[in-house]
Amino acid sequence: MSQQHTIDDLKGVAVQVRRDIVRMVHACQSGHPGGSLGCTDLLVALYFKVMEHNPQFKMDGTGEDLFFLSNGHISPVFYSVLARSGYFPVSELGSFRKLNSRLQGHPTTHEGLPGVRIASGSLGQGISVAIGAAQAKKLNGDDKKVFVLTGDGELDEGQIWEAAMYAPGKKVDNLVWIVDHNGQQIDGSTDQVMPLGNLRAKVEAFGWQVLEMNGNNMDEVVATLEQAKSLCGNGQPICILMKTGMGYGVDFMMGSHKWHGVAPNDEQLHQALEQLHSKLEDYQLNELIS
Amino acid sequence: MKKYTFTEKKDTRSGFGAGLLEAGRRNPNVVALCADLVGSLKMDAFIKEFPERFFQIGIAEANMMGIAAGLTIGGKVPFTGTFANFSTGRVYDQIRQSIAYSDKNVKICASHAGLTLGEDGATHQILEDLGMMKMLPGMTVINPCDFNQTKAATIAVAEHHGPVYLRFGRPVVPIFTPDNQEFVIGKAWMVNEGADVSIFATGHLVWEAILAGEQLAEMGIDAEIINIHTIKPLDVEAVLKSVAKTRCVVTAEEHNRLGGLGDSIAQVLVQNDPVPQEYVAVNDSFGESGTPAQLMTKYGLDAAHIVKAVQKVMQRKNAVVAAL
Repeated sequence: MSQQHTIDDLKGVAVQVRRDIVRMVHACQSGHPGGSLGCTDLLVALYFKVMEHNPQFKMDGTGEDLFFLSNGHISPVFYSVLARSGYFPVSELGSFRKLNSRLQGHPTTHEGLPGVRIASGSLGQGISVAIGAAQAKKLNGDDKKVFVLTGDGELDEGQIWEAAMYAPGKKVDNLVWIVDHNGQQIDGSTDQVMPLGNLRAKVEAFGWQVLEMNGNNMDEVVATLEQAKSLCGNGQPICILMKTGMGYGVDFMMGSHKWHGVAPNDEQLHQALEQLHSKLEDYQLNELIS
Repeated sequence: MKKYTFTEKKDTRSGFGAGLLEAGRRNPNVVALCADLVGSLKMDAFIKEFPERFFQIGIAEANMMGIAAGLTIGGKVPFTGTFANFSTGRVYDQIRQSIAYSDKNVKICASHAGLTLGEDGATHQILEDLGMMKMLPGMTVINPCDFNQTKAATIAVAEHHGPVYLRFGRPVVPIFTPDNQEFVIGKAWMVNEGADVSIFATGHLVWEAILAGEQLAEMGIDAEIINIHTIKPLDVEAVLKSVAKTRCVVTAEEHNRLGGLGDSIAQVLVQNDPVPQEYVAVNDSFGESGTPAQLMTKYGLDAAHIVKAVQKVMQRKNAVVAAL
C-alpha cells in the first residue's frame, strides 16, 4: 500500500528538499551538495510514496520498509527528507553540522536522531548492514523490504563486493540496492579514478536482478521502485542502477565532481535558490540568508 | 597459597562453543555468524541445534561485521566467530562505525588470540587486539582464562546489552575455575589473597600466575593473584584495594605490552596510587612459528617470567620503602 501522493506532489517536495540542501550546506559552509541534489528524487519517492514506514520512529522497524544510506556524506538530502516526512521538526535542519546537533556531518545513531538506524560515512558498509536487517526480517516473519543506497565511487570498496556476492548467494530477496550512478567521485570521473567497466554485467554476474532508471525523472523513479518491490520474493535481490546528475537541479553544480563536497558562497546560494521555486516553506535559520 | 588443581585440560574456544549453545537455548534471538571457521570456533553444536539461526558468511569478515550490525536492528543478538586477528585488525573500521559508534548489540567472538595460536606464526598471532578494542568507546572487552570461565562469559555477554569483544584461544589449558560459575562482567576474581605483591593476570596467563604463586610461596613471598577477565570496564576498586595492601604490581597478559591490561592497570595506578609495576607481556614485537609452550617461554609469558617480575618489582618497592 503506497502513500497517496501524486507525482506532481513529489516533484514539489523534491524542489523544497533541494532548497533545504543548498541552504543547509551554505549555512555551515561545509557538507556535500552534489550527490545530495542528485539523489533527491529517489529519497523523496521512497519516503513520500514507495516505502511503508512510520515517522514515529522505532529502531527495530518491525512491519516497516527500511532505508539505509551507505554513502553517508549525502546527509543533507537524508535529513531534509526525514524532517519533511515527519521524523523530526523541520526547524532542526538549521543545526546541520553545528556543535551539539543531532544532525552530524555524517548520519549517526549516536545523538538519537529519529530515522537513522546506523552510522555511515566510512564507505562500503551499508549493503552489509542492509543484508543483516533483511535477514532479521526473514527470521521474524516480517514481509517488508529493505532499501540501501550506495554511491558509484563507493563501489571501489572491497566490502561492497563481499556483500554483492553474499546477497544473491544466500537468496536475500527482500533487499533492493540502489547505486547512485552519477559517474563522479572526489578526484574526478569514475572512469578517471577507477573505471567501473560494464557495471550492469558485473552486478548481474554476481546474481542480482538489475533494473535501470533515470534517477532525476520522478515518474520513472516511482515506477522503477514499485517494480523492484514487486520483484522481491523471487529468490534474488534487486539492484537498480540509477543514472543521476551530480548537483541536479542547480545548473552550475550539475555534472561536475567539483561540487561533491564544496559549499556555495552567498552569491551562489542566491543563484541556486532562484532556480528552485517551491510552494512549501523554507525552514527558519537564525543566521541571515541573503 | 590456595591450592588449585585440575583434572582436565580443554581449549577456551570449546568453552565458547558450549556457552554459545547454552545462550542459544536461553534466548531465541541469539544468532551466530562465521567466516569459514566453524570447526575452529567450535560452533558445530549451535549450528546443529539451530541451523536457521546460523549464517555462514564465507571468508568475508568485513561483510560479517556489517551483517551482524544489521541483524541487531531486527532484535537479534549476533555472535560473530573468527580468529582474533580477523575479528579486530582486519575489520577495525567496520567495528568502529557500524557496531561501536552505532551502539549495536554485537558479540565479537575471537579465537586463536595471541602467541598460543602456535605454528601458524605471526600473520595469525595477534597481540594488539585488546588495545584496539578497548580504545573503542562503549566496547566491553573480556579475556577469560579457562574452559569454564569462557563458557560462563559467553552466556553472560548474551544477556548484556551492548557491543562486546570476547577473546579466547586455541590450545588446551587446565580447567581450574568452577563449573557453572556466575560470570559478572567487570568484576575481578580473587584467585589468591596475599600481602607482598599484586599479580593481575588475564587469559592464559592466569594459570601461569598460579604456578608462579606456588613457587613464590616456597620463596616466602605471599602473592595476591587477581584474575582480571574483563579488561574493560576495569574493576578499578579491586585493583586499588589490592595495591593498598601490597604496594607493588605485576601484570601478566598474552598481548603486546603496549595497550593491553598492563597499560590499563598503569593508568589506574598513576592517577590514584602510584606504586612500582612490572609487565609480563610481549615486548613490542611480532611472534613467530613454534609450539605454544615454546613461544610462551621465548617471549617471556610463563610462570618463570612472572616470578622474575615479582622479584624485580619487590626490589623496587623495598628501595622506595628504604628511601623513606
